[in-house]
Amino acid sequence: MEAASELAVQKTPAKEIVIALAGNPNSGKTTIFNSLTGARQHVGNWPGVTVEKKEGRLLSAGKTCRVVDLPGTYSLGAYSEDEIIARNFILHEKPDVIINVVDASNLERNLYLTVQLLEMGARVVVALNMMDEAQARQITVDREKLAGLLGVPVVPTVATKNKGVPELIRQALAAAGAGPREALKIDYGREVEAEIGSLGTVIASHARLMDRYSLRWLAVKLLEEDDHLLQEIRKTPDVGDLLARREKSLRRLREIAGEEAENLFAERRYGFIGGIVKQTVSRKKTVEQRLSLSDRIDRVVTNRFLGLPIFLLAMWAVFQFTFKLGDPLVGWIESFFAWLGGVTEGALGAAGAPEWTVSLAVDGIIGGVGSVLVFIPLIFLLFLAISFLEDSGYMARAAYIMDRFMHALGLHGKSFLPMLIGFGCNVPAIMATRTLENRQDRLITILINPLMSCAARLPVYVLFAGAFFSARQGWVIFSLYLLGIVLAVVMGKLFKTFLFKGESAPFVMELPPYRLPTLKGTLIHVWERGSAFIRKAGTIIFGVVVLIWVLSVLPWGVEYAARESLIGRLGSALAPVFVPAGFGTWEAAAALIFGLLAKEVVVGTLGVIYGVGEEGEGLAQIIGQQWTPLSAYAFMAMCLIYIPCAATIGAIKRETNSWKWTAFAIGYSLALGWVVAVLIYQGGRLLGLG
Amino acid sequence: MKPLGFLAPGEAGVIKEVAGGIGIRERLRGMGVTKGKALRMIQNNACGPVIVALGETRLALGRGMAQKVLVE
Repeated sequence: MEAASELAVQKTPAKEIVIALAGNPNSGKTTIFNSLTGARQHVGNWPGVTVEKKEGRLLSAGKTCRVVDLPGTYSLGAYSEDEIIARNFILHEKPDVIINVVDASNLERNLYLTVQLLEMGARVVVALNMMDEAQARQITVDREKLAGLLGVPVVPTVATKNKGVPELIRQALAAAGAGPREALKIDYGREVEAEIGSLGTVIASHARLMDRYSLRWLAVKLLEEDDHLLQEIRKTPDVGDLLARREKSLRRLREIAGEEAENLFAERRYGFIGGIVKQTVSRKKTVEQRLSLSDRIDRVVTNRFLGLPIFLLAMWAVFQFTFKLGDPLVGWIESFFAWLGGVTEGALGAAGAPEWTVSLAVDGIIGGVGSVLVFIPLIFLLFLAISFLEDSGYMARAAYIMDRFMHALGLHGKSFLPMLIGFGCNVPAIMATRTLENRQDRLITILINPLMSCAARLPVYVLFAGAFFSARQGWVIFSLYLLGIVLAVVMGKLFKTFLFKGESAPFVMELPPYRLPTLKGTLIHVWERGSAFIRKAGTIIFGVVVLIWVLSVLPWGVEYAARESLIGRLGSALAPVFVPAGFGTWEAAAALIFGLLAKEVVVGTLGVIYGVGEEGEGLAQIIGQQWTPLSAYAFMAMCLIYIPCAATIGAIKRETNSWKWTAFAIGYSLALGWVVAVLIYQGGRLLGLG
Repeated sequence: MKPLGFLAPGEAGVIKEVAGGIGIRERLRGMGVTKGKALRMIQNNACGPVIVALGETRLALGRGMAQKVLVE
């Protein structure tokens, strides 16, 4: 086998080996992918859809292989985008080998996917993962027998401890070099087999179909009423005879069996799997005898009275962890950038650099980029806490507990995690809506997500609340977080009632057993989310600070960021619009314009415009003179609500795949922000607060 | 035969029928919810989803879904 694979690679040196990873969610597939590829990963999107595509490189014995992580699925039907992607990749890209990651402690359900892979005729190597957990639950799997019955290599692994991975690679490379494998044929019973046969004869007469699909697989799928495939076939010219034959077969099966054909297939498939499990898996205790630790925890954690208090306690802990640990770090980063600015100014001054370069470097770049990097500790700590809870299995329970409430709002239990992540940064939060299967649920969650106060809104709140409400600063900031949540609830309900009248997707979710998260796994998870924010800081923000600087100094000769500069003129033109909201000054309008590019830039822009820099007492002082508490509060509300930042808009466009919904998100939030700010200001004046 | 949602925590049953659209049936099938499978109720609060055990799998099912799965 080794030699054969060696030979195959040498014969076609141009073609690299493609390894695809398939498996159920929670089977440890991601961990296997990480140990196969290490840091050599690339995350992108599958063409035309918004499902994440992860690829990596594997170096083994001098050969380079491309490893493609297929979306985690339970089946290869047409239920979700994920399943269709996984299936089409296997069908049309024809990977050299598929590593099917299987949870050894839950073999029966995991084999449902395996059997479908084998029915497609793919070259499969099974990674029998989580052997340690199976052992802990006193489940043993006869590996050799399993390999014999499935007809493919089976390698036991413990991915979290990197056990069995070298052997897995060896087997995968050997299988990739081997010849084609015959597809698994499950006996579907006399009547069904007869229909598969007659459908097969028709398929065989279509050369075009024979090129794309394997004959038996196509026949089975057509009889299983696979919608997606049926649409694909309908697009093929001259297939009327096949479709007619299919109708006839389906009718006949319904008559004979008195049941939908899809049930017949599922029954036989599970029957086949049941037979394998019976011969290979032995349990010391039956499932019923054993109330596992996981179930005992669940009894408490999902209890109707205890569930919610425990959940709230967990969320409180998440935010305490983030802010108690993060605040000192934020302070350090702030002083670092202040120091760096000072040193740079001194060095450039000494070197005789012109004044404008000093200004660009110190005010523009160091000050601007520094104001963003300040949030990194908060964002990473929040994601660390969330990832820990997610990897431990608790987040699935939290979604279960929240489903009741989210349902009342017309949302889905799974919507709650993106909302939580939104408190860190809306960009990864909007990416996290990918777990929602129903497009409507997903759109609503995306549209209301920017109302969650992300870490970048915090400096705006801190500045204004500090300047006006120093005694009750904490409460004022808390009230803004709350305002965002309440508005999200109201808008979610409105969207659900008027825009998306359809039903939400039914709530079906696996609750993975509780696990102690591994450090490596959690850190990778944190990095995936956090780096989305860093990329934004590195690209968009940098561009923005330079743009602000340029708009502030043009036309040449004006005083920096004066009323006569471009930024001043733009602000003056827009200021009248904000008079009813109490902040109709050109300074406020200009700050809001730049806030579109990133909310925290509002603080920086005000600092530049008032000519006091963005840190320290100076800005708070000048704001204290120019604003009133009421107009400050209206302005904070405006900063919370109006138009998501550029990076978030980008995320919305990418995830909705629609300019229409992106424009809608911009339009509704701008209108809502203005209305709320005006209501606050005018309402406050009526109450005599102005 | 009764809907899954009527099982009390700790009660066991065998699935007799899964109603609902073709998409959701397909999805449930992949997760092991299919005719003939034994399951046990873990958590069934008065409202909101239920948690059931199917072999080693723990599934949270929305109340609407739980009413469409008939058990005996």
